[in-house]
Order: sequence, then structure tokens, then C-alpha cells
Amino acid sequence: MKRAAGIAVLLALGCGCGGDGGGVTLRFWAMGREGEVVRELLPDFERENPGVRVEVQQIPWTAAHEKLLTAHVGEATPDVAQLGNTWLSEFVALDAIAPLDARVAESATVDPADHFPGIWDTNVIGDRLYGVPWYVDTRVLFYRSDLLAAAGHPDPPADWEEWRAAMRDVVAAGGGARRYGILLPLNEWPPTVILGLQAGSPLLDVERGYGAFAQPEFRRAFDFYLGLFRDGLAPPVSNNEIANLYQEFARGTFAMYITGPWNLGEFQRRLPAELQDAWATAPLPGPEPGVPGVSLAGGSSLVIFKDSPHADAAWKLVEFLSRPQQQARFYELTGDLPAHKTAWELTGIAADPRARAFRTQLDHVVSTPKLPEWEQIATRVYERGETAVRGAATPQEALEALDRDVARMLEKRRWLAEKGRRP
Amino acid sequence: MKSTLTKRSPLEKRQMRAALWFLAPALLLLLVFFFLPVVAGLLLGLTDFDIYAIGSPGNARFVGLENYARLLTNDVFWRSLGNTLFFVALGGPLSVAVSLGAAMLVDAKLTRLRPLFRTIYFAPVVTTLVSVAIIWRYLYHPRYGLLNHVLGLVGVGPIDWLGDPHWAMPAIVLLAVWKNFGYNMLIFVAGLQAVPAELYEAAAIDGAGGWQRFRHITLPGLAPTFLFVGVTTMIGYFQVFAEPYVMTQGGPLGSTRSVVLFMYEEGFRWWRIGTASATAVVLLLITLAGALLQFRLQKERT
Repeated sequence: MKRAAGIAVLLALGCGCGGDGGGVTLRFWAMGREGEVVRELLPDFERENPGVRVEVQQIPWTAAHEKLLTAHVGEATPDVAQLGNTWLSEFVALDAIAPLDARVAESATVDPADHFPGIWDTNVIGDRLYGVPWYVDTRVLFYRSDLLAAAGHPDPPADWEEWRAAMRDVVAAGGGARRYGILLPLNEWPPTVILGLQAGSPLLDVERGYGAFAQPEFRRAFDFYLGLFRDGLAPPVSNNEIANLYQEFARGTFAMYITGPWNLGEFQRRLPAELQDAWATAPLPGPEPGVPGVSLAGGSSLVIFKDSPHADAAWKLVEFLSRPQQQARFYELTGDLPAHKTAWELTGIAADPRARAFRTQLDHVVSTPKLPEWEQIATRVYERGETAVRGAATPQEALEALDRDVARMLEKRRWLAEKGRRP
Repeated sequence: MKSTLTKRSPLEKRQMRAALWFLAPALLLLLVFFFLPVVAGLLLGLTDFDIYAIGSPGNARFVGLENYARLLTNDVFWRSLGNTLFFVALGGPLSVAVSLGAAMLVDAKLTRLRPLFRTIYFAPVVTTLVSVAIIWRYLYHPRYGLLNHVLGLVGVGPIDWLGDPHWAMPAIVLLAVWKNFGYNMLIFVAGLQAVPAELYEAAAIDGAGGWQRFRHITLPGLAPTFLFVGVTTMIGYFQVFAEPYVMTQGGPLGSTRSVVLFMYEEGFRWWRIGTASATAVVLLLITLAGALLQFRLQKERT
């Protein structure tokens, strides 16, 4: 009966046979796979909210950023959108998205206490909240448990010293084979940045508008990072030089890799069957013994655009998608890790030992600096890092050059601050 | 005669006015969609218009020629320019040669079903690039692609066409040539038909072989066509954007990032509209220089 009634409502809405007066059409932009499957959740929402129809536009990730920005300039922004949470600061700088503090304060569904604090914090810019985490993402250690065990490390490393020792022993146990402890691709910024954050570096002095890379905290992390290459524990290659990551991991060319939840499925699919018991995940080691290492606070948030004429209906959609049951369904459809802790219980992901590493790590995640220039700065981090790895610059020279690059990129922010305009 | 030039009759005046009215729509479109953007681009190129200025335009500053100075010290720009020159130098002549060859085949007296072939060769030009690119991505697939399969038959090892920085640009050139040669082919066909048949007959009677006829009749006869095709192809190839954007997004390692793609990224990815506008001006100057050079070369020949 219920279903029949639902279908009737759907038909009535679907045909849109003119003159349904108060009907609201919410425009919702979502990216990639999420945009594809979120449609399956929406009939329930439309049933609950007669008169509200959601029009999902799926945008490929590669074009999403440009499309959103041009939409803002062209005054054609949607009502609700999925934003990578590192993009938020940019849209705040554009004054394109609406603060949500008041709505969250009144909401029965969106409970900050049920979110991971580090992830929640990425949505707070200045001191206002601009997004509600939809799904989360961080990076942990993927490792060959068989190789580590054979090298005398049955448990994953817990701190930097153990980490380095495990790499050394894995390489030594490999005999003459071409083997490395870890793969840290030279064209990726997360490894370097994570180590820096772990060592307590703020990366940037956001207030003053300068880089903090040449300061002791980051330098310590950078020395640890460079040491891995110098001692032959990590191969000095970029991702493009690794023809097939999964194949090399299966071969044991490298025993560890820092990566994200999307690789849980990929490793299962792409590693040969006989290796399925030979890999595991672990939270990242930290610099000091007994202190968990931090990782990146990633994922996507739901935001409401300022220009939306249907902000109330849009908020209803955000609340709907935030419900633990919907989060659980969404996890089953996409494999994206839910933002709500309750949804972790509902789905039973926490019981999966490989996902558990993510659950543990998510309690220790830190946001990257929240300013629009961050993405460009991140690119510089690995470019300058590569010069030090390859010996074209000393560590100190590379970091000072990085700080100079950053100082140039943030010149506009400093000027705006001087003028008293909030960047 | 002179009086009619200086003193216009009321009729002529009316005709002038009518002519202006007829021209007005086209002129207006040109003004709004060409001259104004060009002027705006020139001016924006002198500012640091960026993401902060989109929010409130007062945040843009006049920076003079600084954008240009920075551009000239930007490695990524030089790399993109190098990639573009490679694309023009390899793709331009190749495209013209393939077009000419196809035109001669289509135009040959022995060829049957000419309209059919003309249509087939022209089809890629009118097909949308995005769908073409999807097919070509399959063709270029290192493991399952047709191209590597064929190369494998003659013993050439698999090439990671779009993943290897050395091969990615040649792969893009191949796609672009295939996609575009039909257009120039049609122009060459028209050019070929304008070459008087008597010349060939006379040459044949004088005992000229096929190559000599091609060298001494066809090529000189096509000189004006060559100029047109050369200049338009060069201008078009300097502005290469869609092919790398769809196929590789400029990768791997920036090996297919063209100047226009660089400009697009500066403008619409990083929102450095100032730098993007300055890049546009630089590209315009380069293209202009290239076109002038071609005109000059052609003039010296004739």
C-alpha cells in the first residue's frame, strides 16, 4: 500500500503536469560516483516532502571545480552541492555559500557530537560553519603483513622509529630482490604534508600569510622523509613511473603505501587471490611512541549556496542525507565512509578489520590550512620536495624556497589583510 | 567620376544608410562578442584580478606588465609553449600533407563514388570531439587497444600512449590530424578543380611524369590554397585545447599541456584571470607572428 501511494506521488510529481503551484525543484550537484547513486536515496526524500522535487546533476570530479566556480560567476549556482571539504575556503572567499551554524543549532538530525571532530573542523572557516560532512576520507597505512611478519614485525609500526626499523628489516629480508619499505610517490603531496602535520607543523602561518615550512617542526618531518629515500627505503619515483601499483605491491616491490579508503576495494579486486590474506591496514604511526599519528581530514561536505531561493528545502535535503540510516545506505551503495559515527555502527563496517584502521585514524585527523591557495601550495610542496630528494637542493634550501613560493602566493592575502578586508 | 565620389546624391546616401543597417547586426555582434572581450582581456592582463576580486572587484589591483614578467619566468608556461610548438610543428605539416593526399585521391579521375569518400573523410570533422576522444582512448589503451594490438603483430612492444610523457603528445597529434584533415581536404579539392586540365594534358604530351606534373603543375596551382590552408591550420593548431583537455587533462607530467590549456587552468582552475589574460595576449602575438611569417614566405615564392 505504502509503495503504491509512493508511486502515485512520484507519478504526480514526475509528470510535472503544470500548475502544481507550490512545487519546489531543488537543484543538487554531486560528483562522480556519488552523483550517480545518490539518486537512489532521493525517492524517499521526495515522498516525505510532497511538493519538493530534487534534480540531481552529476558532475565528473575533473570538471567539478571549474564548473562550480563558473556557475558562481554566471549566477547559476545550484541550491545544494557536494564540495570536497578542502574547497570550502575558496567558496567562502567568493561569498558563495551560506553559513549553517543557526540551522545546525536547531537541527535534531545533524549533531556535531556524532561527527569526527577533525572532519567537522574542516567545515569551520573563520568561526562559522559552512558545510555538513557527508562522507569522510583519510589516509592510513596499507601494508604487506606477510612481508612485515617475515622481517620480524608481526604488528604494524606504532611510531616513526618502529616504522623506519620495519622498512629497513623488510628491505634486508628481501635479500637481493629489488625491494623497498614504502612507496612515497614524488608527485604526491599527502605523504610529506601528513608527516609535517604529525610533527606538529602548522604548515602555514595563516594569520600573517607566510609559509612555516622552514621552521623546526616541518624540518624534522622533512628530514625523516628524505632519510627514507637516502637510505634506500623508498624509491625516488613518481606515480607515473609505477606502471601498475597493485602489481608492484603484489610482487613485493614495496611493502607499505599510504592511501585512502577507495583502495580498500581496489586492493581486494586487483591483488591476486593468494595475497588476500597478506595485506592489512593500520593507523599511521606518529613521531613519538605512544602518541597516535595524525592524518588528513578529507571527504566531502554538503553546502547550501547563498543564492538559493529554496534554502529551507535545501536544508531538509542536507538533514535527510545526514540521517544515520541514509548514511548507511549510502555507504552500501558507494563504499564511502560515513560521516556520522552512528552510521558506522549501523553498517557494521567497524567490524571489518581493514576498515577499523580508518575508524581509529578518523579520531586523529587534522585539516590542511583553510585558504583558497592551499591546492597550489600543496603542488609546490612536492615539487620542492622532489628537488631535495633528488639532491638538487639541500633540505634547508628546498624548504626556504618553498616558503618563498608561498610568500609570493599569499601576497594578495597579506595586502587584503593590511587593507582591513577579510580575505 | 570625381564628382560622384565627392558629392553623393540623395539616392546614394540612402543606399549608404541601408548598407549600414544591413551591416549593423554583424558589426554589433563583432563589437559585443569580439572587440569588447579583446579590450577587456588586454585590460585584465594588466591587473591581478583573482578569486578575491570575483567576490568584490575592488580587490583587483593594477599591476602593469608584472603578469607578463611573471609569465616569462614561469616554467609551466614555457613547457606549455614548447608542447604547443611541438604540436604545431609536427601536426601542422602532417595535417596539410594528409589533407592534400586525401584530396588528390578523392579528386583522381579513377576514383569511383567520390561523394561517398568525401563524406567519409569529412565525417570526423563534424563529429563531436568528446565522443571521438572516448573511442580513441580505447584505441590507445596500452593493453586492450587496437593500435597496440596491430603494433604487436609486427613485433613492436606495447606503448602506453596516453600514460607515457614521451608518447602522449604524438598520440594527441595523431588524433588531431585524423579529426581535422577532412576540412582542409575539401578546400584542396576545390583548389585542385581550379587547376586547368589543359595544363596536365599539355605536360603529359611533353612527356612529364606523374611526379613532375605534381611538382610543376599541381603545387604551383595550389599556391593560394596552400597559403590559406597553412595559415588557418597553424592558427587552429596554436589554439589546441579540446584534444588534450578531453584525452589527458594536460598530463602525464604536463607533457600535453598546451598554451590554451595552461591559460584555461590559470583562469578557470586557479582564477588568476590576470595571468590568463596576459597569456592570451602572448598567444595572440605568437600566432600573429607565425601568420606574418607564412605570408612573407609565400610572397617570396611567387
